[in-house]
Amino acid sequence: MSTFTMPSLGADMEAGTVLEWRVKSGDAVHRGDIMAVVDTEKSEIEVETFNDGVVKDIVVEPGQKVAVGAVLAILTEPDDVSAKGTTHLATPVTPPRDVPTAAHPPAPAIDGVPSASPVVRHLAVERGLDLASVHGTGAGGAITRSDIEHLAPTPSVKRTRRTRRRVSPLARRLAATAGLDVDTIAGTGLHGTVRADDVRRVQADATTARPPTARPAPPATAQRRSADVIPAVDHRDSMRRAIARLMTRANEQIPHYYLTTTFDMTAAMCWLHEQNEGLSVNSRLIPAALLLKATALAAKDTPGINGEWCDEHFRRASSVNLGVVTSIRGGGLMVPVIPDAETLPLPDLMASLRAAVERVRFGRLLASDLTGATITVTNLGEQGVESVYGVVFPPQVALVGFGAVVDRPWAVEGLLGVRPVITATLAADHRASDGAVGARFLARVGRLMQKPGEL
Amino acid sequence: MTEEEARSIIEEEIRYIVPDADFELVPDDAELREELELDSLDFLVLVERLCIRAQCRIDEDDYPALRSMGSSIHLLISRTSSDAAPQQ
Repeated sequence: MSTFTMPSLGADMEAGTVLEWRVKSGDAVHRGDIMAVVDTEKSEIEVETFNDGVVKDIVVEPGQKVAVGAVLAILTEPDDVSAKGTTHLATPVTPPRDVPTAAHPPAPAIDGVPSASPVVRHLAVERGLDLASVHGTGAGGAITRSDIEHLAPTPSVKRTRRTRRRVSPLARRLAATAGLDVDTIAGTGLHGTVRADDVRRVQADATTARPPTARPAPPATAQRRSADVIPAVDHRDSMRRAIARLMTRANEQIPHYYLTTTFDMTAAMCWLHEQNEGLSVNSRLIPAALLLKATALAAKDTPGINGEWCDEHFRRASSVNLGVVTSIRGGGLMVPVIPDAETLPLPDLMASLRAAVERVRFGRLLASDLTGATITVTNLGEQGVESVYGVVFPPQVALVGFGAVVDRPWAVEGLLGVRPVITATLAADHRASDGAVGARFLARVGRLMQKPGEL
Repeated sequence: MTEEEARSIIEEEIRYIVPDADFELVPDDAELREELELDSLDFLVLVERLCIRAQCRIDEDDYPALRSMGSSIHLLISRTSSDAAPQQ
Protein backbone atom coordinates (compact mmCIF):
# COMPACT_ATOMS: atom_id res chain seq x y z
CA MET A 1 0.00 0.00 0.00
CA SER A 2 1.25 3.45 -0.72
CA THR A 3 -0.03 6.95 -0.29
CA PHE A 4 -0.44 9.79 -2.70
CA THR A 5 0.28 13.01 -0.86
CA MET A 6 0.09 16.74 -1.38
CA PRO A 7 3.47 17.51 -2.96
CA SER A 8 5.72 20.38 -1.98
CA LEU A 9 5.95 22.45 -5.12
CA GLY A 10 8.56 24.96 -4.10
CA ALA A 11 10.10 26.23 -0.90
CA ASP A 12 7.26 28.64 -0.31
CA MET A 13 4.36 26.21 -0.57
CA GLU A 14 2.62 25.24 2.65
CA ALA A 15 -0.72 23.94 1.46
CA GLY A 16 -2.68 23.20 -1.67
CA THR A 17 -6.29 22.72 -2.71
CA VAL A 18 -7.44 19.67 -4.61
CA LEU A 19 -9.37 20.99 -7.59
CA GLU A 20 -10.18 17.88 -9.46
CA TRP A 21 -9.52 14.16 -9.40
CA ARG A 22 -8.50 12.53 -12.64
CA VAL A 23 -8.89 9.07 -11.18
CA LYS A 24 -11.53 7.36 -9.14
CA SER A 25 -11.60 4.57 -6.63
CA GLY A 26 -10.73 1.28 -8.34
CA ASP A 27 -8.69 2.80 -11.18
CA ALA A 28 -5.36 1.21 -11.94
CA VAL A 29 -2.65 3.85 -12.16
CA HIS A 30 0.90 3.81 -13.36
CA ARG A 31 3.84 5.91 -12.45
CA GLY A 32 3.63 9.22 -14.29
CA ASP A 33 -0.16 9.21 -14.57
CA ILE A 34 -1.86 12.41 -13.62
CA MET A 35 -3.86 11.77 -10.45
CA ALA A 36 -5.27 15.13 -9.57
CA VAL A 37 -5.19 18.81 -10.30
CA VAL A 38 -4.03 20.84 -7.33
CA ASP A 39 -4.30 24.57 -6.89
CA THR A 40 -1.42 26.42 -5.29
CA GLU A 41 -1.04 30.13 -4.77
CA LYS A 42 0.75 30.40 -8.08
CA SER A 43 -1.04 28.10 -10.43
CA GLU A 44 -3.00 24.96 -11.07
CA ILE A 45 -0.68 21.97 -11.16
CA GLU A 46 -1.24 18.46 -12.45
CA VAL A 47 0.11 16.01 -9.94
CA GLU A 48 1.47 12.66 -11.06
CA THR A 49 1.79 9.48 -9.08
CA PHE A 50 5.22 8.00 -8.57
CA ASN A 51 3.83 4.59 -7.77
CA ASP A 52 1.99 1.94 -9.70
CA GLY A 53 -1.13 0.70 -7.99
CA VAL A 54 -4.87 0.72 -7.74
CA VAL A 55 -6.68 3.66 -6.21
CA LYS A 56 -8.24 2.37 -3.01
CA ASP A 57 -9.53 5.49 -1.34
CA ILE A 58 -9.74 9.10 -2.25
CA VAL A 59 -9.26 10.85 1.05
CA VAL A 60 -9.51 14.50 0.12
CA GLU A 61 -12.49 15.81 -1.78
CA PRO A 62 -12.23 18.49 -4.45
CA GLY A 63 -12.32 21.92 -2.88
CA GLN A 64 -10.49 20.88 0.26
CA LYS A 65 -7.27 22.66 1.18
CA VAL A 66 -4.68 20.55 2.95
CA ALA A 67 -1.10 20.91 4.12
CA VAL A 68 1.89 19.74 2.14
CA GLY A 69 2.46 16.06 2.90
CA ALA A 70 -1.16 15.29 3.73
CA VAL A 71 -2.47 12.05 2.29
CA LEU A 72 -4.75 12.69 -0.67
CA ALA A 73 -5.39 9.12 -1.74
CA ILE A 74 -4.41 5.61 -0.84
CA LEU A 75 -3.11 3.16 -3.42
CA THR A 76 -2.91 -0.59 -3.12
CA GLU A 77 -0.45 -2.75 -5.00
CA PRO A 78 -1.65 -3.81 -8.41
CA ASP A 79 -3.28 -7.26 -8.26
CA ASP A 80 -1.20 -8.84 -10.91
CA VAL A 81 2.27 -7.47 -11.00
CA SER A 82 3.52 -9.84 -13.68
CA ALA A 83 0.89 -8.66 -16.09
CA LYS A 84 2.18 -5.15 -15.91
CA GLY A 85 4.00 -3.40 -18.68
CA THR A 86 7.68 -2.85 -19.07
CA THR A 87 8.00 0.12 -16.82
CA HIS A 88 7.17 -1.70 -13.64
CA LEU A 89 9.02 -0.10 -10.81
CA ALA A 90 10.54 -1.73 -7.84
CA THR A 91 8.59 -0.38 -4.93
CA PRO A 92 10.70 -1.44 -1.99
CA VAL A 93 8.84 -4.01 0.05
CA THR A 94 11.74 -5.13 2.20
CA PRO A 95 12.92 -2.27 4.34
CA PRO A 96 16.65 -2.35 5.08
CA ARG A 97 17.94 -3.36 8.49
CA ASP A 98 17.31 -1.37 11.62
CA VAL A 99 14.77 0.90 10.06
CA PRO A 100 11.99 2.14 12.25
CA THR A 101 9.07 0.49 10.50
CA ALA A 102 6.99 3.57 10.66
CA ALA A 103 3.75 2.78 9.00
CA HIS A 104 2.74 5.65 6.80
CA PRO A 105 1.90 8.50 9.12
CA PRO A 106 -1.11 10.38 7.86
CA ALA A 107 0.78 13.54 7.11
CA PRO A 108 4.52 13.10 7.27
CA ALA A 109 6.00 16.37 8.45
CA ILE A 110 8.99 17.51 6.46
CA ASP A 111 10.93 17.80 9.72
CA GLY A 112 10.44 14.16 10.54
CA VAL A 113 12.12 12.99 7.35
CA PRO A 114 15.81 12.15 7.56
CA SER A 115 18.08 14.65 5.90
CA ALA A 116 18.71 14.26 2.20
CA SER A 117 19.84 16.64 -0.49
CA PRO A 118 17.22 17.95 -2.88
CA VAL A 119 18.60 15.73 -5.60
CA VAL A 120 18.37 12.67 -3.44
CA ARG A 121 14.87 13.66 -2.43
CA HIS A 122 13.99 14.16 -6.04
CA LEU A 123 15.46 10.80 -6.92
CA ALA A 124 13.57 9.14 -4.08
CA VAL A 125 10.33 10.63 -5.32
CA GLU A 126 11.14 9.52 -8.85
CA ARG A 127 11.83 6.01 -7.73
CA GLY A 128 8.74 5.92 -5.58
CA LEU A 129 10.55 5.69 -2.26
CA ASP A 130 9.37 7.21 0.99
CA LEU A 131 12.43 8.78 2.58
CA ALA A 132 11.13 7.96 6.02
CA SER A 133 11.66 4.30 5.22
CA VAL A 134 15.20 4.68 3.91
CA HIS A 135 18.24 4.11 6.07
CA GLY A 136 20.81 6.83 5.47
CA THR A 137 24.46 5.85 5.30
CA GLY A 138 25.80 9.37 4.77
CA ALA A 139 27.18 11.80 7.32
CA GLY A 140 24.87 12.15 10.31
CA GLY A 141 22.54 9.53 8.90
CA ALA A 142 21.87 11.57 5.79
CA ILE A 143 20.42 9.65 2.91
CA THR A 144 22.77 9.52 -0.04
CA ARG A 145 22.17 8.92 -3.70
CA SER A 146 23.59 5.44 -3.44
CA ASP A 147 21.15 4.55 -0.65
CA ILE A 148 18.37 5.27 -3.09
CA GLU A 149 20.11 3.58 -6.01
CA HIS A 150 20.56 0.54 -3.81
CA LEU A 151 16.89 0.28 -2.89
CA ALA A 152 15.44 1.21 -6.22
CA PRO A 153 17.84 0.76 -9.10
CA THR A 154 17.46 2.83 -12.24
CA PRO A 155 14.55 1.55 -14.23
CA SER A 156 15.89 -0.09 -17.36
CA VAL A 157 13.38 1.67 -19.51
CA LYS A 158 14.03 5.36 -19.67
CA ARG A 159 11.21 7.28 -18.11
CA THR A 160 8.93 8.61 -20.73
CA ARG A 161 6.18 10.99 -19.94
CA ARG A 162 2.82 9.67 -20.81
CA THR A 163 1.28 11.62 -23.56
CA ARG A 164 -1.13 14.08 -22.09
CA ARG A 165 -3.92 15.92 -23.71
CA ARG A 166 -2.81 19.45 -24.25
CA VAL A 167 -5.61 21.80 -23.46
CA SER A 168 -5.50 25.56 -23.43
CA PRO A 169 -6.64 27.11 -20.16
CA LEU A 170 -9.56 28.86 -21.83
CA ALA A 171 -10.66 25.64 -23.51
CA ARG A 172 -10.52 23.84 -20.18
CA ARG A 173 -12.65 26.48 -18.57
CA LEU A 174 -15.19 26.48 -21.39
CA ALA A 175 -15.41 22.71 -21.33
CA ALA A 176 -15.87 22.67 -17.58
CA THR A 177 -18.62 25.24 -17.78
CA ALA A 178 -20.36 23.34 -20.56
CA GLY A 179 -19.95 20.04 -18.76
CA LEU A 180 -17.88 18.62 -21.60
CA ASP A 181 -15.07 16.12 -21.15
CA VAL A 182 -12.02 17.68 -22.81
CA ASP A 183 -10.60 14.22 -23.40
CA THR A 184 -13.33 13.54 -25.93
CA ILE A 185 -12.68 16.72 -27.91
CA ALA A 186 -10.39 16.62 -30.93
CA GLY A 187 -7.69 19.27 -30.74
CA THR A 188 -6.72 21.30 -33.77
CA GLY A 189 -3.99 23.36 -32.12
CA LEU A 190 -0.27 22.85 -31.97
CA HIS A 191 0.57 19.18 -31.25
CA GLY A 192 -3.14 18.48 -31.08
CA THR A 193 -3.79 21.03 -28.37
CA VAL A 194 -7.48 21.42 -27.62
CA ARG A 195 -8.30 25.07 -28.21
CA ALA A 196 -11.24 27.16 -27.14
CA ASP A 197 -12.60 26.98 -30.70
CA ASP A 198 -12.58 23.18 -30.58
CA VAL A 199 -14.71 23.27 -27.47
CA ARG A 200 -17.08 25.80 -28.96
CA ARG A 201 -17.39 23.66 -32.08
CA VAL A 202 -18.28 20.58 -30.08
CA GLN A 203 -20.67 22.61 -28.01
CA ALA A 204 -22.37 23.95 -31.13
CA ASP A 205 -22.57 20.45 -32.64
CA ALA A 206 -24.05 19.09 -29.47
CA THR A 207 -26.79 21.67 -29.32
CA THR A 208 -27.73 21.60 -33.00
CA ALA A 209 -27.22 17.95 -33.82
CA ARG A 210 -28.38 14.62 -32.51
CA PRO A 211 -28.16 13.41 -28.93
CA PRO A 212 -24.87 12.28 -27.45
CA THR A 213 -23.81 9.39 -29.60
CA ALA A 214 -20.40 10.92 -29.95
CA ARG A 215 -19.93 11.49 -26.28
CA PRO A 216 -19.62 8.41 -24.13
CA ALA A 217 -20.82 9.44 -20.72
CA PRO A 218 -20.29 6.72 -18.19
CA PRO A 219 -21.48 7.92 -14.81
CA ALA A 220 -17.96 7.88 -13.44
CA THR A 221 -16.67 10.28 -16.06
CA ALA A 222 -19.56 12.63 -15.67
CA GLN A 223 -19.15 12.55 -11.95
CA ARG A 224 -15.49 13.42 -11.90
CA ARG A 225 -15.76 16.02 -14.61
CA SER A 226 -18.70 18.30 -14.45
CA ALA A 227 -19.77 17.95 -10.87
CA ASP A 228 -16.39 18.12 -9.22
CA VAL A 229 -14.61 20.72 -11.26
CA ILE A 230 -13.92 23.82 -9.27
CA PRO A 231 -13.96 26.95 -11.40
CA ALA A 232 -10.61 28.38 -12.39
CA VAL A 233 -9.13 30.88 -9.99
CA ASP A 234 -7.35 34.08 -10.84
CA HIS A 235 -3.88 33.60 -9.41
CA ARG A 236 -2.47 37.05 -9.95
CA ASP A 237 -2.87 38.32 -6.39
CA SER A 238 -1.91 35.15 -4.64
CA MET A 239 1.06 34.63 -6.95
CA ARG A 240 2.24 38.14 -6.18
CA ARG A 241 2.01 37.37 -2.47
CA ALA A 242 3.88 34.07 -2.87
CA ILE A 243 6.67 35.76 -4.81
CA ALA A 244 6.78 38.56 -2.26
CA ARG A 245 7.13 36.13 0.62
CA LEU A 246 9.87 34.07 -0.99
CA MET A 247 11.89 37.06 -2.19
CA THR A 248 11.61 38.78 1.17
CA ARG A 249 12.89 35.66 2.84
CA ALA A 250 15.72 35.50 0.31
CA ASN A 251 16.80 39.05 0.95
CA GLU A 252 16.51 38.71 4.71
CA GLN A 253 18.36 35.44 5.01
CA ILE A 254 20.78 35.22 2.12
CA PRO A 255 23.92 37.35 2.15
CA HIS A 256 24.13 37.86 -1.59
CA TYR A 257 27.21 38.71 -3.56
CA TYR A 258 27.18 39.58 -7.24
CA LEU A 259 29.68 39.05 -10.03
CA THR A 260 29.37 39.88 -13.64
CA THR A 261 31.23 39.18 -16.84
CA THR A 262 30.71 39.86 -20.53
CA PHE A 263 31.74 37.37 -23.16
CA ASP A 264 31.82 37.05 -26.91
CA MET A 265 28.89 35.20 -28.46
CA THR A 266 30.26 35.08 -32.02
CA ALA A 267 31.18 31.41 -31.89
CA ALA A 268 27.86 30.45 -30.34
CA MET A 269 25.75 32.48 -32.75
CA CYS A 270 27.62 31.21 -35.83
CA TRP A 271 27.42 27.63 -34.63
CA LEU A 272 23.69 27.96 -33.96
CA HIS A 273 23.09 29.46 -37.37
CA GLU A 274 24.88 26.56 -39.05
CA GLN A 275 23.06 24.00 -36.93
CA ASN A 276 19.66 25.45 -37.58
CA GLU A 277 20.09 25.75 -41.31
CA GLY A 278 17.67 23.46 -43.03
CA LEU A 279 16.15 22.24 -39.78
CA SER A 280 12.40 22.31 -39.32
CA VAL A 281 11.28 24.90 -36.81
CA ASN A 282 10.63 22.42 -34.01
CA SER A 283 14.23 21.17 -34.14
CA ARG A 284 15.85 24.57 -34.08
CA LEU A 285 17.95 25.63 -31.14
CA ILE A 286 17.99 29.06 -29.54
CA PRO A 287 20.88 30.74 -27.70
CA ALA A 288 19.17 30.08 -24.36
CA ALA A 289 19.66 26.32 -24.85
CA LEU A 290 23.44 26.82 -25.15
CA LEU A 291 23.52 29.15 -22.16
CA LEU A 292 21.57 26.71 -20.04
CA LYS A 293 23.84 23.82 -20.96
CA ALA A 294 27.00 25.84 -20.30
CA THR A 295 25.57 26.92 -16.95
CA ALA A 296 24.71 23.35 -16.01
CA LEU A 297 28.17 22.06 -16.91
CA ALA A 298 29.93 24.86 -15.05
CA ALA A 299 27.67 24.43 -12.00
CA LYS A 300 28.39 20.73 -11.92
CA ASP A 301 32.12 21.40 -11.74
CA THR A 302 32.09 24.27 -9.28
CA PRO A 303 31.61 23.53 -5.59
CA GLY A 304 29.34 25.80 -3.58
CA ILE A 305 27.13 26.81 -6.49
CA ASN A 306 24.85 23.88 -7.18
CA GLY A 307 22.81 22.65 -4.23
CA GLU A 308 21.12 24.09 -1.19
CA TRP A 309 21.90 25.86 2.06
CA CYS A 310 20.18 24.04 4.85
CA ASP A 311 20.77 23.73 8.61
CA GLU A 312 23.84 25.93 8.60
CA HIS A 313 25.64 24.04 5.91
CA PHE A 314 25.79 23.66 2.16
CA ARG A 315 24.63 20.46 0.60
CA ARG A 316 26.09 19.99 -2.81
CA ALA A 317 23.75 18.37 -5.32
CA SER A 318 25.12 15.58 -7.44
CA SER A 319 23.25 16.56 -10.56
CA VAL A 320 22.17 19.90 -11.92
CA ASN A 321 18.44 20.50 -11.91
CA LEU A 322 18.06 23.83 -13.63
CA GLY A 323 15.22 26.10 -12.64
CA VAL A 324 14.31 28.33 -15.55
CA VAL A 325 12.56 31.56 -14.64
CA THR A 326 9.61 31.83 -16.99
CA SER A 327 7.57 34.97 -17.06
CA ILE A 328 3.84 34.76 -17.44
CA ARG A 329 2.00 37.10 -19.72
CA GLY A 330 -0.04 39.40 -17.55
CA GLY A 331 2.39 39.20 -14.66
CA GLY A 332 4.10 36.78 -12.35
CA LEU A 333 6.51 33.98 -12.99
CA MET A 334 6.94 30.26 -12.63
CA VAL A 335 10.22 28.37 -12.42
CA PRO A 336 9.92 24.99 -14.13
CA VAL A 337 12.84 22.62 -13.59
CA ILE A 338 14.92 20.81 -16.20
CA PRO A 339 16.28 17.82 -14.28
CA ASP A 340 19.84 16.56 -14.90
CA ALA A 341 20.44 19.37 -17.37
CA GLU A 342 24.19 18.75 -17.42
CA THR A 343 23.63 15.33 -18.98
CA LEU A 344 21.18 16.35 -21.68
CA PRO A 345 22.31 16.66 -25.30
CA LEU A 346 21.37 20.07 -26.68
CA PRO A 347 18.36 18.89 -28.70
CA ASP A 348 16.93 17.20 -25.58
CA LEU A 349 17.63 20.22 -23.44
CA MET A 350 15.93 22.42 -26.02
CA ALA A 351 12.92 20.10 -26.13
CA SER A 352 12.66 20.07 -22.33
CA LEU A 353 12.88 23.84 -22.24
CA ARG A 354 10.21 24.28 -24.88
CA ALA A 355 7.90 21.75 -23.29
CA ALA A 356 8.26 23.25 -19.82
CA VAL A 357 7.71 26.81 -21.01
CA GLU A 358 4.71 25.74 -23.07
CA ARG A 359 3.25 24.04 -20.01
CA VAL A 360 3.66 27.29 -18.09
CA ARG A 361 2.10 29.40 -20.81
CA PHE A 362 -0.39 27.23 -22.63
CA GLY A 363 -1.33 24.47 -20.28
CA ARG A 364 -0.59 23.28 -16.83
CA LEU A 365 2.62 22.44 -15.09
CA LEU A 366 3.25 19.02 -13.70
CA ALA A 367 4.22 18.57 -10.09
CA SER A 368 7.59 17.23 -11.24
CA ASP A 369 8.20 20.51 -13.09
CA LEU A 370 8.39 22.30 -9.78
CA THR A 371 10.43 19.89 -7.72
CA GLY A 372 14.10 19.77 -6.94
CA ALA A 373 15.77 22.77 -8.60
CA THR A 374 19.41 23.06 -7.52
CA ILE A 375 20.26 26.32 -9.32
CA THR A 376 18.19 28.85 -11.25
CA VAL A 377 18.73 30.74 -14.48
CA THR A 378 16.96 33.89 -15.55
CA ASN A 379 17.17 35.14 -19.07
CA LEU A 380 15.81 38.65 -18.82
CA GLY A 381 17.81 39.54 -21.90
CA GLU A 382 14.69 38.52 -23.74
CA GLN A 383 13.20 41.79 -22.56
CA GLY A 384 16.11 43.74 -23.94
CA VAL A 385 18.05 44.51 -20.75
CA GLU A 386 21.78 43.95 -20.80
CA SER A 387 22.27 42.52 -17.35
CA VAL A 388 20.18 41.15 -14.52
CA TYR A 389 21.15 41.03 -10.85
CA GLY A 390 18.84 38.42 -9.45
CA VAL A 391 17.68 37.25 -6.06
CA VAL A 392 18.61 33.70 -5.12
CA PHE A 393 15.66 31.35 -4.62
CA PRO A 394 16.10 29.77 -1.19
CA PRO A 395 17.18 27.16 -0.30
CA GLN A 396 19.28 27.30 -3.49
CA VAL A 397 22.52 29.24 -3.35
CA ALA A 398 22.94 30.69 -6.83
CA LEU A 399 21.04 32.40 -9.58
CA VAL A 400 22.56 33.07 -12.97
CA GLY A 401 21.25 35.91 -15.09
CA PHE A 402 21.81 36.43 -18.79
CA GLY A 403 21.20 39.73 -20.51
CA ALA A 404 20.46 40.37 -24.15
CA VAL A 405 22.88 39.43 -26.90
CA VAL A 406 23.97 42.84 -28.19
CA ASP A 407 26.47 44.03 -30.79
CA ARG A 408 29.30 45.91 -29.11
CA PRO A 409 32.79 47.09 -29.97
CA TRP A 410 35.11 44.30 -28.88
CA ALA A 411 38.87 43.91 -28.96
CA VAL A 412 39.98 40.77 -30.73
CA GLU A 413 43.70 40.08 -31.09
CA GLY A 414 44.56 43.72 -30.72
CA LEU A 415 41.98 44.94 -33.19
CA LEU A 416 38.65 46.52 -32.57
CA GLY A 417 35.67 44.81 -34.10
CA VAL A 418 31.93 44.62 -33.60
CA ARG A 419 30.86 41.41 -31.92
CA PRO A 420 27.68 39.99 -30.44
CA VAL A 421 28.30 39.84 -26.69
CA ILE A 422 26.31 38.86 -23.62
CA THR A 423 26.58 39.81 -19.97
CA ALA A 424 26.27 37.00 -17.45
CA THR A 425 25.68 37.74 -13.80
CA LEU A 426 25.96 35.48 -10.81
CA ALA A 427 23.99 36.22 -7.67
CA ALA A 428 25.25 33.82 -5.04
CA ASP A 429 24.87 33.00 -1.37
CA HIS A 430 28.04 34.05 0.43
CA ARG A 431 27.42 31.44 3.11
CA ALA A 432 27.93 28.70 0.54
CA SER A 433 30.66 30.15 -1.65
CA ASP A 434 33.14 32.99 -1.90
CA GLY A 435 33.72 35.42 -4.71
CA ALA A 436 36.70 33.50 -6.04
CA VAL A 437 34.54 30.41 -6.54
CA GLY A 438 31.80 32.43 -8.17
CA ALA A 439 34.36 34.05 -10.46
CA ARG A 440 35.64 30.64 -11.51
CA PHE A 441 32.09 29.57 -12.24
CA LEU A 442 31.29 32.55 -14.47
CA ALA A 443 34.61 32.26 -16.28
CA ARG A 444 33.81 28.62 -16.96
CA VAL A 445 30.43 29.51 -18.45
CA GLY A 446 32.10 32.02 -20.76
CA ARG A 447 34.78 29.54 -21.78
CA LEU A 448 32.26 26.80 -22.51
CA MET A 449 30.30 29.17 -24.73
CA GLN A 450 33.37 29.59 -26.95
CA LYS A 451 33.15 25.93 -27.98
CA PRO A 452 29.45 25.43 -28.60
CA GLY A 453 30.07 22.25 -30.59
CA GLU A 454 31.28 20.58 -27.41
CA LEU A 455 28.27 21.46 -25.29
CA MET B 1 -2.44 34.81 -50.72
CA THR B 2 -3.84 38.31 -50.46
CA GLU B 3 -2.56 40.89 -48.04
CA GLU B 4 -5.77 40.56 -46.08
CA GLU B 5 -5.42 36.79 -45.79
CA ALA B 6 -1.81 37.08 -44.71
CA ARG B 7 -2.69 39.66 -42.09
CA SER B 8 -5.49 37.62 -40.63
CA ILE B 9 -3.32 34.49 -40.46
CA ILE B 10 -0.55 36.39 -38.68
CA GLU B 11 -2.95 38.06 -36.27
CA GLU B 12 -4.65 34.81 -35.48
CA GLU B 13 -1.40 32.97 -34.81
CA ILE B 14 -0.10 35.79 -32.65
CA ARG B 15 -3.33 35.68 -30.67
CA TYR B 16 -2.61 32.06 -29.88
CA ILE B 17 0.44 33.32 -27.99
CA VAL B 18 -0.87 36.71 -26.88
CA PRO B 19 -4.62 36.16 -26.52
CA ASP B 20 -5.38 39.81 -25.80
CA ALA B 21 -3.14 41.32 -28.47
CA ASP B 22 -4.68 44.55 -29.78
CA PHE B 23 -3.44 45.02 -33.32
CA GLU B 24 -5.04 48.44 -33.55
CA LEU B 25 -2.25 49.62 -31.28
CA VAL B 26 0.53 47.98 -33.27
CA PRO B 27 1.44 49.94 -36.40
CA ASP B 28 2.50 47.91 -39.42
CA ASP B 29 6.09 49.05 -39.10
CA ALA B 30 6.49 48.52 -35.34
CA GLU B 31 8.78 45.84 -33.94
CA LEU B 32 6.40 42.96 -33.29
CA ARG B 33 8.55 41.16 -30.75
CA GLU B 34 9.04 44.28 -28.73
CA GLU B 35 5.45 45.53 -28.95
CA LEU B 36 3.96 42.19 -28.00
CA GLU B 37 6.77 41.08 -25.68
CA LEU B 38 7.46 37.88 -27.57
CA ASP B 39 10.51 36.10 -26.20
CA SER B 40 12.57 33.74 -28.32
CA LEU B 41 10.42 30.73 -27.44
CA ASP B 42 7.21 32.64 -28.21
CA PHE B 43 8.77 33.67 -31.49
CA LEU B 44 9.72 30.08 -32.31
CA VAL B 45 6.14 28.98 -31.65
CA LEU B 46 4.90 31.78 -33.91
CA VAL B 47 7.25 30.78 -36.73
CA GLU B 48 6.21 27.16 -36.36
CA ARG B 49 2.52 28.03 -36.51
CA LEU B 50 2.96 30.35 -39.48
CA CYS B 51 4.79 27.62 -41.40
CA ILE B 52 1.92 25.23 -40.78
CA ARG B 53 -0.86 27.71 -41.52
CA ALA B 54 0.67 29.21 -44.65
CA GLN B 55 2.22 25.92 -45.73
CA CYS B 56 5.53 27.53 -46.44
CA ARG B 57 9.10 27.37 -45.25
CA ILE B 58 10.47 30.02 -42.96
CA ASP B 59 14.20 29.72 -42.33
CA GLU B 60 16.28 31.42 -39.72
CA ASP B 61 17.53 33.78 -42.42
CA ASP B 62 13.93 34.93 -42.83
CA TYR B 63 13.55 35.97 -39.20
CA PRO B 64 14.47 39.59 -39.93
CA ALA B 65 11.56 39.65 -42.37
CA LEU B 66 9.23 38.84 -39.46
CA ARG B 67 10.28 42.06 -37.75
CA SER B 68 7.00 43.91 -38.15
CA MET B 69 3.46 43.17 -39.24
CA GLY B 70 4.10 44.81 -42.60
CA SER B 71 7.27 42.86 -43.34
CA SER B 72 5.70 39.62 -42.11
CA ILE B 73 2.78 40.06 -44.47
CA HIS B 74 5.20 40.53 -47.36
CA LEU B 75 7.12 37.44 -46.37
CA LEU B 76 4.01 35.27 -46.28
CA ILE B 77 2.74 36.61 -49.60
CA SER B 78 6.06 36.11 -51.37
CA ARG B 79 6.56 32.65 -49.86
CA THR B 80 3.16 31.37 -50.86
CA SER B 81 3.16 32.78 -54.38
CA SER B 82 6.70 32.17 -55.66
CA ASP B 83 7.03 28.78 -53.99
CA ALA B 84 4.42 27.30 -56.33
CA ALA B 85 1.57 27.74 -53.90
CA PRO B 86 0.78 24.21 -52.78
CA GLN B 87 -2.89 24.54 -52.04
CA GLN B 88 -4.14 25.53 -55.49
